[in-house]
Formats: sequence, C-alpha cells, structure tokens
Amino acid sequence: MASMDKPLIITSSPHLHCGMNTRGVMADVLIAMLPATVASVLLFGWRALAVELVCVASCMASEILSRLVMKREQTVGDLSCIVTGMLLAFNLPATMPFWQAALGGVVAIVVAKQMFGGLGQNFVNPALAGRIVLMASFPESMNNWVVPLSGTGADAVTAATPLADGAASYSLGEMFFGIRGGCLGETCAMALILGGVYLVLRLVISPAVPLIYIGTVFVLSWLMGENPLYQILSGGLMLGAIFMATDYTTSPINKAGKVVFAVGCGLLTVLIRQFGSLPEGVSFAIVIMNILVPLIERATRPVPFGRKRRAKD
Amino acid sequence: MPTPEKIILAMSQHLGAPCTPTVKVGDTVEVGQVVGDSDKPVSAPVHSGISGKVAAITELLLPGGRKTQAVVIESDGEGRVHESVKPPVIDNHEDFLRAVRASGLVGLGGAGFPTHIKLNPRDVDAIDTVIVNAAECEPYITADYRECMENSWDIVSGVQSVMEFLDASRVIIAVERNKPAAIAELSKIARGVSSPGREVRVKSLPARYPQGAEKVLIQACTGRRVPPGKLPSDVGCVVMNVTSVAFLSRYFKTGMPLIDKRLTVDGSAIAYPKNVRVTVGTPIHDVIAFCGGAKREIRKLLMGGPMMGLALMDDTLPVLKQNNAILAFAEEDARTFPASVCIRCGRCVEACPMHLVPPSIAAAYKNADVESLEKLGVMTCMECGCCSFSCPAHRYIVQTMRMGKDLVRNAPKKEN
Repeated sequence: MASMDKPLIITSSPHLHCGMNTRGVMADVLIAMLPATVASVLLFGWRALAVELVCVASCMASEILSRLVMKREQTVGDLSCIVTGMLLAFNLPATMPFWQAALGGVVAIVVAKQMFGGLGQNFVNPALAGRIVLMASFPESMNNWVVPLSGTGADAVTAATPLADGAASYSLGEMFFGIRGGCLGETCAMALILGGVYLVLRLVISPAVPLIYIGTVFVLSWLMGENPLYQILSGGLMLGAIFMATDYTTSPINKAGKVVFAVGCGLLTVLIRQFGSLPEGVSFAIVIMNILVPLIERATRPVPFGRKRRAKD
Repeated sequence: MPTPEKIILAMSQHLGAPCTPTVKVGDTVEVGQVVGDSDKPVSAPVHSGISGKVAAITELLLPGGRKTQAVVIESDGEGRVHESVKPPVIDNHEDFLRAVRASGLVGLGGAGFPTHIKLNPRDVDAIDTVIVNAAECEPYITADYRECMENSWDIVSGVQSVMEFLDASRVIIAVERNKPAAIAELSKIARGVSSPGREVRVKSLPARYPQGAEKVLIQACTGRRVPPGKLPSDVGCVVMNVTSVAFLSRYFKTGMPLIDKRLTVDGSAIAYPKNVRVTVGTPIHDVIAFCGGAKREIRKLLMGGPMMGLALMDDTLPVLKQNNAILAFAEEDARTFPASVCIRCGRCVEACPMHLVPPSIAAAYKNADVESLEKLGVMTCMECGCCSFSCPAHRYIVQTMRMGKDLVRNAPKKEN
C-alpha cells in the first residue's frame, strides 16, 4: 500500500530481544572486578595498579595485532581482552617485572585465545594459560610476594604465602580482608565475593559453580583434617571459583555439566594442595577441568523434551 | 469494528490442503456462505463474513512465502445472512465432526490446525483429558484473556460438548497466574458444571513464555511429556484454544460459521492499542486505521506475536482465521543487530523449553551432519524464539534451527 514510505523491515522471528550483548556481559565482569582492583592497590600499593595496566595494555595490543595479522575483523570492542588482562594481573604478584607481565598477556591472547579462533573458541582460560607459562618460565618472579600494607615499590617487604609456609601465620579475619601475601587480586576474599554477588545479581554467572567449587574444597579439606575455612580463604580459590571457573568459553554450557565441572575443580584443587609438590592448585585444577569440558558436556547433555534417556547415546 | 467495505479471503487459512473457490467473479454472496472448500480431509472451508459481490479471484502471497488463491468480496452493506446458517443437527459422532468441519473452525491459538481433525484422533478411547489453552500464547497478546472475561459461559458450554463428545473424564482450563480475574471467573462457572467422572477445573500456571506451547502446556497440566514426533493424543490429551472452544459452543447454538476473530492490535506505532473483533479477510490497514492509525511511522508489521509472528511486507494483507494479533513497531523496536561470535554463555541452553543445546545443533548444521542433528533433537524445536531472545551475541539461532530441520527433512531416508 502507498502509505508506506520506506519498505517494511522483514526479519525472522523472534522480534524481541532481551537487550543483553557480549560487550555488556564483559563490562559487567569488569565492574565485578573493581572491588578486588581497589583492594589490590590498598594492599599492595600502586605497583599493583601498574601491573594491571601493563597486562590490560598487553592483552589489548595482542588482540588488535593478532586480528590484524590474521586479517579478521577487530574484536577489541567486545572488551573480552580487557577481562583477560585483568584476570592475568590478578594472578601475578605485585612485584612482577613489567616485561614478564606483558609477555603473559601475549601468551594469553595470542597463543591461548586467538590461535584457537578467538572469543568462544579457546579451550583453556587464556589468563590461566598466561599465568602457567609465567610460572614455568619465571618461577622466581612468580614467588616474590609482597607483605601487604608494607609500603610500595622498593620498600615493599617480600614474604612467602600462607599456603607455601604451611603455618597459619594469618588470622581468618586477616585472610578474609586479604591481609596476606599472594597474587595481587586473589587475597581479598571480601572484594571477590562482592564482585561475585554482583555477577549473580546481574545474571552473568550462575551461583552454582562458585558455591559448588568452594563447597567441595571446604568439605574435602575438612575430611582431610585441615581447617576448611582457612583452606577456602587461601590461595587463589575465591578468585578462581568466582571469576575463572565461571568463564563461559571454558566451562560446560549446560547445568549438569557445570556441576560436574565445579566438583572436579574442587577435587583437583584439594588433591594438588595436599599431595602435589606445588603449594597452590587452583590454576592447574581449572585448566585440567577446562580440557575435560567437551567430555563433560557430552556425558551430561540434556535429553530433548519427551525423549527417553538411553543407556548409550 | 464495523464491517469492512471489502474483504480478501485467502483460500489457505489453516494447516493442510488449500481450498478452491466455490464462487465465481460476479456472484452474489451472503454472510456465512461458503466461498472456498476442499475435498481433502485435512482442510477447512472458508466463509464470507459480509454480503456483497465477488469482485475478483486473485493470488495472494502469504507471509512465509506461500502463495494462495483469494476471493475478494465487495460489501453491499446489507449484511444479509445466507440460508445455510442454522444450528446444526447433531445426533451422533459423525454429525458432530461434520458440523465442526462445516463451521470452518481451525486452531485459533495461531497454528490453524483444522479442529475436526484434532477432535478425531486415531484412538479416541485413549483420550482422557481435554486441556483448554487459555495461557496466552505470546507476550502482547490478550485476545484469549478477553474471551475468558466476555464469553466465559460459551467456554464452559463448549467444554462440556467437547468433553462429552470425546468421552473424556476431565477438562483442565489452563490460565496464567497473571490473569486472576479470568481465573476467578472461570473457576466459578467450572465448579457449577463439574460432576463425578466429568471433572472441569481451572489450573493456574506461572505466567511465562512459552507456557501456551502445546507440549509445555500438557506437561504443566498433566505431567505427561509428548515424545518427539508424536501428537498430544498419543499421551491421551487433546489441547484446544479457549477461543476455539467458545466458538464451537456459539456455532452449535447459532450455526454461524467462523467469520470473525478477535485481534490484539498493539505495538509502539499504534495510536490506540486495543482488542478488536474483526471480520476475517479485513485488510490490515483497515484494522490499524480503526485503532487510530499509526502514531509513528511503522517500520515493522507483524502478523502474530513478537516471538513467533511473521513480519509482513505490506499492510494490504487480510486478517486470517488463526491470527490473534497485529503488531506494528516503530523504528527503535524494529532495529536489527549484527550477530557476533558465540561466547558459550549457555543462556540459550537454559532458555530452551525443549531442553536442546543450540550451539551443538549449530555445529552439526554447519557440518551438514544429519545424523547428529537428529540425535540432538533438532526436530523437537518449536521455534519459540527463547534462544534468540536471550542470546547476548544476537546469533540467528532460530534460523539455524529451521535450516537444520530442513536439512533433516530433505535428507534421503535411511534404509532399515
């Protein structure tokens, strides 16, 4: 009919959308990391912020350059590389030499993410891949902990982490507020939980994964005669459970799979902590479970409505 | 709304074989007269809703790409009723089915499945439950709610006819919880007509999409799950739209076939959104004009709801029997977004009422892997749109599902 000036827009149904987009999801994750970022600066001084900025800059540059080299469209706008940069920094000590931190960012983005096809395609968490490469390459820098609240830069006093020296030299209260040695984003449980609650409220993550992961560690370490509260507040557990085991790409897509994944992460964390030669097991536990995701998904695939679950699919 | 000056009656307003016009250009027709019919079993006749002259028999491109013949009738404004319009005489089962067919009734919830086929399942003895679907099928639409409020007695008497005809022991009228007035109204009447062995009750369900989808509704009401590729009758159920049931009861009383339909007219471009009773075949621009016209430029026009409705190319198309909504959206609601990569967030998996895993299906489709597509249950998809709605990457998930289904349908059948 002539009343139409412009042709009508024809699209396939549905014609409504929830309004959420990838960039918004990533922005929410960044917002959720703000409390822990503030805590890192308060606890470990301005050098913590500097490490964070270096990691983010390195990740952004790696993302832009690798997409350029591969002649693919630029994806820096989806903010996912900034999330990776922040997570990587959270997993490094505040004393990390800048060039090593930057190298971690290159490994995370170029090797772990873009070489496998970019966002949504990587099979391990890029930030953890970066951390593990740095741990293997520069063990000394990676174990150079700053005693919190001890000043910044050159005056900073270094010390061992609670898990490494084995002794409960910090009170539980100190552990909760992050007043302990450790990576710059992992120590302040309170800030991490605050971020986690934000992510749950914004429907970005389901609370199941962090709760089951932390719960598994709690129960198992209690069974093994450890102080369970001490275990869940130490190391990178809070950071790993809230921000890394919930990574979309490297965790199972279905509910039942997420449960299996979280239990597996908890089990491996406790096993590595108790029996491994490493003081901390969170990053390896998550990376190992990342690799098992396709198998978990296949085993826990939901049955289409009305169909019977068969013994063998 | 008042009788239109011209109606366009598509010969295919139902699932199944299209009708052939039974009138010629220049013929005089009256209200309730059959203008199109088919000798195929799965079909339903089309009746004129006005009296006047057949002006043309043209071809119409329906949304969705099907072409059909259409009878164009110009009104003489007299509204003479055809002699065939009289209450049907029903003595037995065959009479009942014949009357239902003659009424032209199709599933008014949107699918348009001929009712006389639905009421004639292979194993009628196995049917113990009739579910009356008053769970509005999609957001925006309130046409069935108005039926509940305005014609609750028709609903209940229609329910009784169907229950007796099918010899079903219970009828469940399913209403969403956000319509307390309808629940109260229907419960009051249902209590009065319920008797031992002939139970009629109202079930209130959570108000969420797609509560009105047949399989979802059956599970919510009875706990039974219809297996893929099976029909509700395979689990002892017949599901009928509430307006269809009410119509049946009116038809048995008056003999007036299906010539009008209540529509929800809404959307950001409509001046006065409302529910209107429209003669089937009325051009959509007349309906919009009756609702105050467009207050803003219409950029997207939908026949049906926002989740499953079809986008129209122009507003000259006529209202069909199974339409329950016309939605007209302004620019900001018609925008489209480019799809970005899947981030595996799992929102689509969470959203799917059929428990499918869309990313796996998309991967199987990309590989043209028919076997995996079948195994992953692509044929169970009812295209409700929940996955695409919730996808932060704006991926075209529903389209991929449709193409996956096509791939399975067109694949050579496996030899057993």
